[in-house]
Amino acid sequence: MNLSVNYAGVTFKNPITVASGTFGSGVEYSEFVDLNRLGAVTTKGVADRPWEGNPTPRIAETYGGMLNAVGLQNPGIDVFVERDIPFLKQYDTGIIVNVCGHSEEEYVNVVERLNDVDVDMLEINVSCPNVKEGGIAFGTDPKQLNHVTKLVKSHSNKPVIMKLSPNVTDIAEMARAAEDGGADGISLINTITGMKIDVDRRKFVLANQTGGLSGPAIHPVAVRMVYQASHAVKIPIIGMGGVMNAYDALELILAGATMVSVGTANFINPNATVEIIDGIEEYMKKNGVDDINDLIGAVE
Amino acid sequence: MSKSLVEGTIVSNEPISSDCYSMFISAADIANAAVPGQFINVYINDGSKLLPRPISICEIVDDKVRIVFRAVGGGTKELATYKAGEVVRVMGPLGNGYPLEQDKSYMLIGGGIGIPPLLELSKRLKGDINIVLGYRDEIFLADEFAKYGKVYIASEDGKTGVKGNVIDAINEYDLSADIIYSCGPTPMLRGLKAYGSEHNIKTYLSLEERMACGIGACLGCVTKSTDVDSHSHVNNKRVCKDGPVFEASEVDL
Ligand SMILES: Cc1cc2nc3c(=O)[nH]c(=O)nc-3n(C[C@H](O)[C@H](O)[C@H](O)COP(=O)(O)OP(=O)(O)OC[C@H]3O[C@@H](n4cnc5c(N)ncnc54)[C@H](O)[C@@H]3O)c2cc1C
Ligand SMILES: Cc1cc2nc3c(=O)[nH]c(=O)nc-3n(C[C@H](O)[C@H](O)[C@H](O)COP(=O)(O)O)c2cc1C
Ligand code: FES
Repeated sequence: MNLSVNYAGVTFKNPITVASGTFGSGVEYSEFVDLNRLGAVTTKGVADRPWEGNPTPRIAETYGGMLNAVGLQNPGIDVFVERDIPFLKQYDTGIIVNVCGHSEEEYVNVVERLNDVDVDMLEINVSCPNVKEGGIAFGTDPKQLNHVTKLVKSHSNKPVIMKLSPNVTDIAEMARAAEDGGADGISLINTITGMKIDVDRRKFVLANQTGGLSGPAIHPVAVRMVYQASHAVKIPIIGMGGVMNAYDALELILAGATMVSVGTANFINPNATVEIIDGIEEYMKKNGVDDINDLIGAVE
Repeated sequence: MSKSLVEGTIVSNEPISSDCYSMFISAADIANAAVPGQFINVYINDGSKLLPRPISICEIVDDKVRIVFRAVGGGTKELATYKAGEVVRVMGPLGNGYPLEQDKSYMLIGGGIGIPPLLELSKRLKGDINIVLGYRDEIFLADEFAKYGKVYIASEDGKTGVKGNVIDAINEYDLSADIIYSCGPTPMLRGLKAYGSEHNIKTYLSLEERMACGIGACLGCVTKSTDVDSHSHVNNKRVCKDGPVFEASEVDL
């Protein structure tokens, strides 16, 4: 039985990775999860310098989901390369580095710094809805997305995945804009912008007022968008959004995703990734599927 | 001090006030590794409540962990209904816990639902222990503390002890100590930070923040710190991992 997939020329032992920002660089979760089991670890968004992120509260639970407004706190690329990459290199797993920036120049700084670092792929976050100055404009305007994709591609020697925001009316148009810009793949969905109000106190629950909704509440949106994107472009897709179990992951694969990221589920069950990999294997056995690749986009 | 994720069997779950419950959970791996001031993540069975609830370890008895919680919202109200023999998923021990500085004089200061973690601490300290407990109205756990130190009570309604807050009780009884260990609402901790620095008393505060992962990965639970933090090299220590206990001078409340 084959679980390995080829994504943009890179082979991963299975299609399961973690969603950026929910797993750090794997240090904390390595107490619970054998990182060697994962197809890849996708690391928390990293910028060209340390970012403080937003004030607290940064987290709010919602029915079947959660809002976060962490605001991309990160130690900057230098610490990341010196500390986190050597940690991950101890394991037999792929490394996908998620990159964030407030400006074109900042994206380029990070991407160039990674050119001589041994990682498998870059995932460019153009969709984080939390940072007022940046992200959102690149991620919601197809022209800007196309432009930043070209820019990043021209400065990088690695496969580049553009991570799309769901906060748009036409996801297919965004997928095409990334593909036309030369992206090697796309990943979706990032969080859906939301808001929660404490009725008793008549105040916003998050200090940032708005936050990104993730978790099972957004899963059907993710399935729909992965399906639409996969019909709009030829480049491979990493699907994510509310994956809690193997069936949720398989849904995204059947909708057209080559790989699947598990995010919020890690908070509820630190071992979710490994249970999902086992569950996919079980499903394949039960249904006589020899190759996971036969399931990609196989919905009828 | 490694962390475990276990299916703990509930040994007992009983009300100790109109809205506070005392639950013993059989979880040997956690009990054996835990120190006072650490907490556990309690996973609620109702799947619509996604995130684990962080609850302090109140006591460690053999292979059992005791938690005392107030039923305030959906998660803790559900927790209140769990019966002996049922199983609850818990992860722990989490966070750093109180540093035990032995053979000194202490004030253990708790406010409201910040009182429980001080119980295990009071059992482990050797020295002169004064325990100052602040309540809104209903008193809980105070009799159990009396076994390990001298208890002083403040209540907002004035029905028990000094009318007012914990600082009013400290002043009323003219208490002092080498070290303050505290846990409670932020305004109380802010007051104790100022009190400790004014009286030159080393003060430990146990903080609360909204959490998701509980293990230091998501960066949801940070607090403004005076030094640069080890994770992002900004001034954001993680309450779940670098805390929940901080020396007062470490944090900007
Ligand atoms: C380190 C730590 C130790 C704690 N120890 C105790 C304890 O020993 N006993 C006790 O009764 N309570 C304790 N709390 C508070 C407890 O976590 C909350 O009361 C509980 O999460 C409320 O959940 P709920 O579903 O009933 O409320 P809801 O308001 O419905 O919860 C909604 C969301 O907000 C979070 N939340 C709500 N209130 C708090 C809070 N005060 N702190 C952090 N998150 C909150 C919940 O975890 C959940 O994600 C502690 C909190 C922290 C951070
Ligand atoms: C706490 C938290 C932090 C996140 N940080 C990032 C980030 O740094 N970069 C990024 O591209 N996406 C980030 N995301 C979005 C996730 O990677 C993912 O796209 C989204 O949460 C949907 O997946 P899920 O429902 O499985 O969590 C974050 C999500 C959460 C919940
Ligand atoms: S709750 Fe995730 S870092 Fe503290």
